[in-house]
Amino acid sequence: MSEPVTTDTATTAKSGVDVARFASRSALVRRRFLRNKPAVISLLLLVVLFIACYALPPVLPYSYTDLDFYALQQPPNADHWFGTNALGQDLLAQTLRGMQKSMLIGVCVAFISTIIAATVGTIAGYFGGWRDRTLMWIVDLMLVVPSFLLITIVVQRTKGDIIWLIVLLAAFSWMISSRIVRGMTMSLREREFVAAARYMGVSNWRVIVRHIVPNVASIIIIDTALNVGLAILAETGLSFLGFGIQPPDVSLGTLIADGTKSVTTFPWVFLFPASILVLIILCANLVGDGLRDALDPGARPLRRRRK
Amino acid sequence: MTRFLAGRLLNYIVLLAVASFLTFSLASRQFEPLDSLLQRNPRPPQAVIEAKAAELGLDKPIPVRYGHWVAGVVHGDFGKTIGGQPVSDELWRRIGVSLRLLIIGSVVGTVIGVVVGAWGAIRQYHLSDRVITVLSLLVISTPVFVIANLLILAALRVNSVLGVQLFEYTGETSPDAIGGAWNQFVDRVQHLVLPTFTLALGAIAGYSRYQRNAMLDVLGQDFIRTARAKGLTRRRALFKHGLRTALIPMATLFAYSVAGLFTGAVFTEKIFGWHGVGEWFIQGVATQDTNIVTAITLFSGVTILLAGLLSDVIYAALDPRVRVR
Repeated sequence: MSEPVTTDTATTAKSGVDVARFASRSALVRRRFLRNKPAVISLLLLVVLFIACYALPPVLPYSYTDLDFYALQQPPNADHWFGTNALGQDLLAQTLRGMQKSMLIGVCVAFISTIIAATVGTIAGYFGGWRDRTLMWIVDLMLVVPSFLLITIVVQRTKGDIIWLIVLLAAFSWMISSRIVRGMTMSLREREFVAAARYMGVSNWRVIVRHIVPNVASIIIIDTALNVGLAILAETGLSFLGFGIQPPDVSLGTLIADGTKSVTTFPWVFLFPASILVLIILCANLVGDGLRDALDPGARPLRRRRK
Repeated sequence: MTRFLAGRLLNYIVLLAVASFLTFSLASRQFEPLDSLLQRNPRPPQAVIEAKAAELGLDKPIPVRYGHWVAGVVHGDFGKTIGGQPVSDELWRRIGVSLRLLIIGSVVGTVIGVVVGAWGAIRQYHLSDRVITVLSLLVISTPVFVIANLLILAALRVNSVLGVQLFEYTGETSPDAIGGAWNQFVDRVQHLVLPTFTLALGAIAGYSRYQRNAMLDVLGQDFIRTARAKGLTRRRALFKHGLRTALIPMATLFAYSVAGLFTGAVFTEKIFGWHGVGEWFIQGVATQDTNIVTAITLFSGVTILLAGLLSDVIYAALDPRVRVR
């Protein structure tokens, strides 16, 4: 649980302490995050990968649709760094194209689903009563069957349209986060600064925006980062089964599905996209963990005591 | 306690009924089951198409179709597939196949995950703990379909090194498995190992992470020190007082993880060529078959419901405060 941030508690200090030198909360968070080497490296790596997958394709000699009939099922070589598949398509170009889709979808889905989760969670937790019961009933309902199956049913008609894919994945992945936000909001509602604001006649919506949301912000930020990995997993899963991105366009999921067919004979067709996918999700998870440690130090024991 | 569970059960059944209605409507609205007929070349006569539409009840509104479906389900009849086969027979056969995978996978995953996590917490910051932490993060970041293929590649290597077909990775049995009951059994186990391990690996990684954190929280608390001061050995204090308390949050995690396990089974069955419900679901969506898809969604809902009830029971068994209510 993070400390509540009201307008000036962060810099309140006992007399005699130099207020200017007193580290602000954001500076503390930044310092704690930067101290976490794996998280910083992962964040840099993610940025590099994101830029590379958009910047590299125009420079490369092969586009993801080009067919090189002189190099079918070639293992990695000087001409095709990641090798080629059965049609003679350059796997490096294809993997980059797949990364574009998968990373874009992952980031968008994570943001949208977290916004839904924050809205639903704060409303249910702050107002309580019938709003709480209705919203939590909907959450229960959506958790009672695996959302992956429901997405599969609906996504069929959308013919691999990326916007629809984002909307559907976001619509089915906010439930558990919203429960966490609701729980935090319920305990914040009882705190003095919220009561004070209410007695001063501040409207409910203003209390939520000014006092509740900043205090659940840490959990929301952590959740967004961790949801990126989950969203990429879901998207590549759908594409792997043939329900996500449709050919001739590619996603890391469709590439891995291609590779699966010949995994025992031509493993590189599978190994390159798969390892890139694992790398992206691993980095996203490490960044999420780093943010958790930085924003919410109490959530994880940091005892350095050796037994 | 009984009233608590009965209340939960009732709530679950209502949720399940609503969920099945929504799934049925969703599938009925989205699916175009006549497409496979319409796209056939040459196109079948209009009379044939209309007969098929009437057979599938496409002329009636969706609530009426759902009512008809429910009336059948109450008697154990899940309707017919588009091809005209009864869904129920196939469903039960496939449920058997999938449950074998799901139950063994979840039990193995839960037990090993809890043990590994608790062990890591006790040995915090030792080399073994670090290795476990890194490996579990790596596994969590790896999709099921990648794990499955990597295991296949590894099994292939092991098989060729040993010179015998130790691990099998296609289907549930070999068609040429000969000999008595023992040989049949060994053959099935050989086929079972890789898919089960695929499913269990994700669960192990997830549980061990949460269990490690929960155990670390508990280890720092006063009652462990009290137990030690009282004269209990370290092992006894950790297991009787520490592990039991640290297991409580896992009960909730168990309910959530079954949905993930079910999704994982879809991929596992597809890659390893098991003819379970997950594989059938994908076929059902591909052939636009509402009855198959709704029946399997219902089954997955029932599985999650049972896991939820089970986690309530485990919760009550571990935490005496729940029982008093």
